[in-house]
Amino acid sequence: MVVPNGGGPLYMALTNETIKDRLVAKFGEQLSHFEEPYGLLTFEVPKELNLKVMQFLFDDEELHFQFLTDLTAVHYPDQVGRELAVVYHLHNLTDNIRLRFKVFTSIEQPDIFTATQLYSAANWMERETYDFFGINFVGHPNLKRILNVDEMEYFPMRKEFPLEDQTRIDKDDAMFGRGGHIQ
Amino acid sequence: MSTEHHIKLPEGSIEKTTTTLNLGPTHPATHGVFQNILELDGERIVSAEQTVGYIHRAFEKLAERRPLYQITTLTDRLNYCSSPINNMGWHLTCEKLLGVKTPKRVDYLRVIIMELSRISDHLICNSVVGVDSGAFTGFLYVMQYRELIYEIYEEVCGSRLTTNMGRIGGFERNFTNVAWEKLERFMAEYPAVLKEFEHLFNRNRIFMERTIGAGPISAERALNYGFTGPNLRAAGVDYDVRVHTPYSSYEDFEFDIPVGSTGDCYDRFLVRNGEMWQSLRIIEQAYRKIQDMKGAEADVYHADAPEYYLPEKKDVYTKMEALIWHFKIVMGETEIPPGEVYQAVEGGNGELGFYLISDGGRTPYRLHFRRPCFIYYQAYSELTKGAMLSDAIIVMSSLNLIAGEMDA
Repeated sequence: MVVPNGGGPLYMALTNETIKDRLVAKFGEQLSHFEEPYGLLTFEVPKELNLKVMQFLFDDEELHFQFLTDLTAVHYPDQVGRELAVVYHLHNLTDNIRLRFKVFTSIEQPDIFTATQLYSAANWMERETYDFFGINFVGHPNLKRILNVDEMEYFPMRKEFPLEDQTRIDKDDAMFGRGGHIQ
Repeated sequence: MSTEHHIKLPEGSIEKTTTTLNLGPTHPATHGVFQNILELDGERIVSAEQTVGYIHRAFEKLAERRPLYQITTLTDRLNYCSSPINNMGWHLTCEKLLGVKTPKRVDYLRVIIMELSRISDHLICNSVVGVDSGAFTGFLYVMQYRELIYEIYEEVCGSRLTTNMGRIGGFERNFTNVAWEKLERFMAEYPAVLKEFEHLFNRNRIFMERTIGAGPISAERALNYGFTGPNLRAAGVDYDVRVHTPYSSYEDFEFDIPVGSTGDCYDRFLVRNGEMWQSLRIIEQAYRKIQDMKGAEADVYHADAPEYYLPEKKDVYTKMEALIWHFKIVMGETEIPPGEVYQAVEGGNGELGFYLISDGGRTPYRLHFRRPCFIYYQAYSELTKGAMLSDAIIVMSSLNLIAGEMDA
């Protein structure tokens, strides 16, 4: 059985505006920072709502975001109280449209609800995110390190672990366009 | 360490206790460094627990300290059976961030290289499925054509396995005549070889008995597990990044997406074979499109983006502008816009995604690789539950698990 390629991007019935409108109608002001960098709908979800939003995106008869493309985290040490961002990329394969949303959390209490009930794929992605950023995925069935050794005591992708010895003075981060050392 | 030490035997078992078997990390049949702790009831698998990370090399961390053009070498080492796809995926990501538009000829050259690597990737996977089911001949037979593909790589970029091919904006040099000759030879000779390969396997009774029904997965489960690429298509879902989100002018080509139905080893094998035929079709179309180009268009091999495209070395030594740009790029003096990009390509194993956050610095603020292998390997315990030990091996090879991609 083969499926012919009609050429060009497939069926884009659902648009970013429709998705945004449906989300806003459901969750109102709680979702913020709607943007479209390079055409990909991006927004921010409060951390206690991440699972509800995902469930809505999954179940809604129009949205069908039932494929978890990617799950990872980013560390912003300068944003006090919201240092860690968990980034989800979802894909609606029926309408062939993607979206991205972020959940910010403080580094002192990095608890985020797990997506493993919805997506089996989230299991290892969350373990990886925990392994490197220390995000505690609440409700995860087996939250332990995956790529690093079990004995490791820190979360290496956080920005406080620079790649090079920061006491060196012959190499400055200014060379990398940021000016000064990362503290 | 396995957490489930006291696994109950299935009902009706004649064994007194389950047997724990460590398959890997350096077992010859795992084709890569990863471990499986299997609990066996006689020869049936009660549960499997995967351990990965043996060759984790912290690419995402390393990338935060490297300028964009130096990250290409890291991507080589993800899925090293099809490094050029990873390289091109990375260049496409950078080009998306930087807003570099590549000429059609560059796109087509990339398509040729990417489809060649898809063939070499699938070729290894399928012939290794053969080896694991006891048929060594196919593996040896096709190896010389993988060799020919590697020779084409060598002509294009100088290396074979970890290619570091191309640059942001195009290729480091034009394809040589030898490269074209080798490509023509490949296009002429390979169809007969692939046909012979299919004759060896497709209706081979032993091969069919070994693979049909081994490690099946439903479309629904496959999607839930985040499967992409041939493994998802074998389960019956016609998702292909080349068609759904075309990049590098894939929309200009006519090709089909082969799909299976049961998602077992045999379907995965057939889908990969089908994809090799489609890749050949694409290569032929791209070749013809490039041959039909005339005038200045027919020689171009990189975008006109001097602020990001590392100039050719001989120009650096002889031309003032090239020297200046070379210096600016290497010293990080060119402007990198802040932004957030997700770019996916159809890798040998599925959707290979690059999630790049730039803060305007010379290096990425954050770079994350969506590695298809890593994501679908977690389904392994579900795929092998209740299967025989020998199926565990063949399921592993038919999933095409590449340790480099898994561990990043």
